[in-house]
Amino acid sequence: MNSTYKIFSYILILSFGFLLMIGCMDTNELPDRGYTLVWSDEFDGTTGDPPNPEFWNYDIGTGDNGWGNNELQYYTDRTENIHIDGKGNLVIKAINEPFAGRNFTSARITTKGLKEFRFGRIEARIQTPFGQGLWPAFWMLGANIDGVGWPQAGEMDIMELRGQQPSTSIGSIHGPGYSAGEAISGSFQLFDSRFDTEFHVFAIEWGADFIDFFVDDRLYNRLTPEDLPAGSEWVFDKHFFLLLNVAVGGNFVGSPSPDTRFPQTMLIDYVRVYQ
Amino acid sequence: MKVAKPNSIAMKKTTINIFGILLIFSLVGCLREEFEDLPRARFSTAADIFTDDFVGMGSDFYFPYQTAKPDVFSVDDNESYRGNASIRIDVPDANDPAGNFAGAIFRIDGAGRDLQDFNVLSFYAKASQAATISEIGFGQDFLGDTYRAFRTNVNFTTNWQKYVIPIPDPSKLLEVRGVFQFAAGGIGPEGEEVGFSFWIDELKFENLSSVAQPQPLVNNGEDQSINSFNGVTLPVTGTGVLLNVDGFDVRVQASPSFFNFNSSDPSVATVNELGEVSVLSSGNSRISASIGSGENEIDAVGSLNIVSEGPFLSAPTPPDLAPEDVVSIFSDAYQNVQVDDYNGFFQFATTQGGAIDIAGENIISYTDLNFVSVNMFNSPDVDASEMTHIHVDINVRENIDPGDFLRLQIINNNGPGETSGTVDLTTYQPLVTEEWVSYDIPLSDFAGLGATNDVDLIFFISDGTISDIFVDNIYFYR
Repeated sequence: MNSTYKIFSYILILSFGFLLMIGCMDTNELPDRGYTLVWSDEFDGTTGDPPNPEFWNYDIGTGDNGWGNNELQYYTDRTENIHIDGKGNLVIKAINEPFAGRNFTSARITTKGLKEFRFGRIEARIQTPFGQGLWPAFWMLGANIDGVGWPQAGEMDIMELRGQQPSTSIGSIHGPGYSAGEAISGSFQLFDSRFDTEFHVFAIEWGADFIDFFVDDRLYNRLTPEDLPAGSEWVFDKHFFLLLNVAVGGNFVGSPSPDTRFPQTMLIDYVRVYQ
Repeated sequence: MKVAKPNSIAMKKTTINIFGILLIFSLVGCLREEFEDLPRARFSTAADIFTDDFVGMGSDFYFPYQTAKPDVFSVDDNESYRGNASIRIDVPDANDPAGNFAGAIFRIDGAGRDLQDFNVLSFYAKASQAATISEIGFGQDFLGDTYRAFRTNVNFTTNWQKYVIPIPDPSKLLEVRGVFQFAAGGIGPEGEEVGFSFWIDELKFENLSSVAQPQPLVNNGEDQSINSFNGVTLPVTGTGVLLNVDGFDVRVQASPSFFNFNSSDPSVATVNELGEVSVLSSGNSRISASIGSGENEIDAVGSLNIVSEGPFLSAPTPPDLAPEDVVSIFSDAYQNVQVDDYNGFFQFATTQGGAIDIAGENIISYTDLNFVSVNMFNSPDVDASEMTHIHVDINVRENIDPGDFLRLQIINNNGPGETSGTVDLTTYQPLVTEEWVSYDIPLSDFAGLGATNDVDLIFFISDGTISDIFVDNIYFYR
């Protein structure tokens, strides 16, 4: 091979490589939406602290019919069930203990009336609990829920999973005509890890006519008004608030088995909102 | 000058020699350092045990259990999950003259495997009908079984399914020869089991990310308190690990050698690497355990709290008696007759325990006593017809309350022609907490008892008023 050919083939190889790279970038690059951080809770408190009351309030008790899902836990605001761990995480702990007529306690916090958002990137870095009957979630509800009720207010589930499927996270939207069992969902499965053994970042990027679902910056689902059942209403163009909780049992996940280990913890490293 | 030459040569040689030696030393130094940086040589890290044939097992690898049917194993060319062959095990029925269960180990004929890179033994399996396999695992090698891990009561179906045996702590497994083990009986009620076949394919070690959340267990995850005495040795049992396999917990039984054991007070009780506890002095010591080391160390759930009462107080030594003057049921002082058992676990009996060894002393320990008997009705006739008395030593292990009693009942010739009599020991002398009290009762006091030519049962009855007793030196004499 003479040197001209050599140089030529180098160039050829480099061009192929370049084309391949361009190709990859073309298919995988996400739109840069120019977001900047507008609010976050990094949970950098002292061990045993409750979550910051300027950001979070509690849902207490069992709701109606176990928060509409036949969930088994009693939500409390006790630091046994929810506290800062002193290592930069919020801990939500589901405990098997008799309490107010229930056999499990846990916690559910919301930013309702405190931090409500319309559009942006909503993300949290979370390590989930595991085992049959555990149902952790990071999600949003329409801020007008007290006026119009559910599902008219709308619900966006950024992360929920079944403890018996610790490698599969589900992202969904609920609204009028597409709620509960008819919610519109996508799922993301880890093939080389589990959501309960390390932290993962769960996010949506949300605009007037789209919701993109991410796990660790991998886009796995995009929902738009075209994905709704014919004639149903897109209810995601208003303010929503955030929720974090660990439910035990319920329609979505089934009851814990005698083998399910307790207590179970969800660790939340941070919640961040970009717009 | 002439003499100087050889000297200078000799000196040169010496210099060269010293220099050479120094050079060698420095080289050795260098080499050492280099070797220390190198990883240790490892045994084979191969994963496969059986694909379509055995992989690296050598020729002489199949060792059936001693009482199992030996020839249950074959390679089946007609069944496979993948490829064209599988391991076939034919579990015998209950009446198979060659043995009524299948059980064996597969041990590498040669050097073992290094399993540090894996976290499970996995395989596909199916059975000719739905069946429960009593034990399936690895690490048993009949050479000490140091690192054994196995699952119990694993259900096989008629479809190929994947199964995993989690490895409790792979970092310990530098050379494993016993790479597979199973034990299975037939299907059906005890004594009427029918045989079946099961197949194993793609048997190999794997590293699966779906296996996580290890939780070691000792004493089956329970915190238990045990009263004991100096000199007693007892094992930590119920050692295992719970692992979550793709959302569901799997329990694997694990040898104590996988664990690090700790005694909270080694002056009271020590525990060795095999989980054997030695009680040394009076006091309390909590025996706990963990698996792994450094960042990977995980504390086990469950513990044994040893409560040593100090030296064990032996029962009084019985007197020397000529053999013809004594019929001994339970005593280290005389030749004992044959008995069926020291606790027949009768219906409605709550009593636990039986004959035990405490620091070299044979005694009978009963707990949760309501009634219990020493049984001899299936043994050769116990003829005490020439004897005049019965002796028994009792040590009550709890506080004695007013109304507590302990009756002794003797039944001769159990059945339609039986005779029996009962005495209440407390009417002879009071029982004393944690002290031996000796009773010598004339047989004539057992109203209703006829001849004692075929003593079949000796009952201890408290109706729950006294729960925990030690018994020693039960004998008839004259």
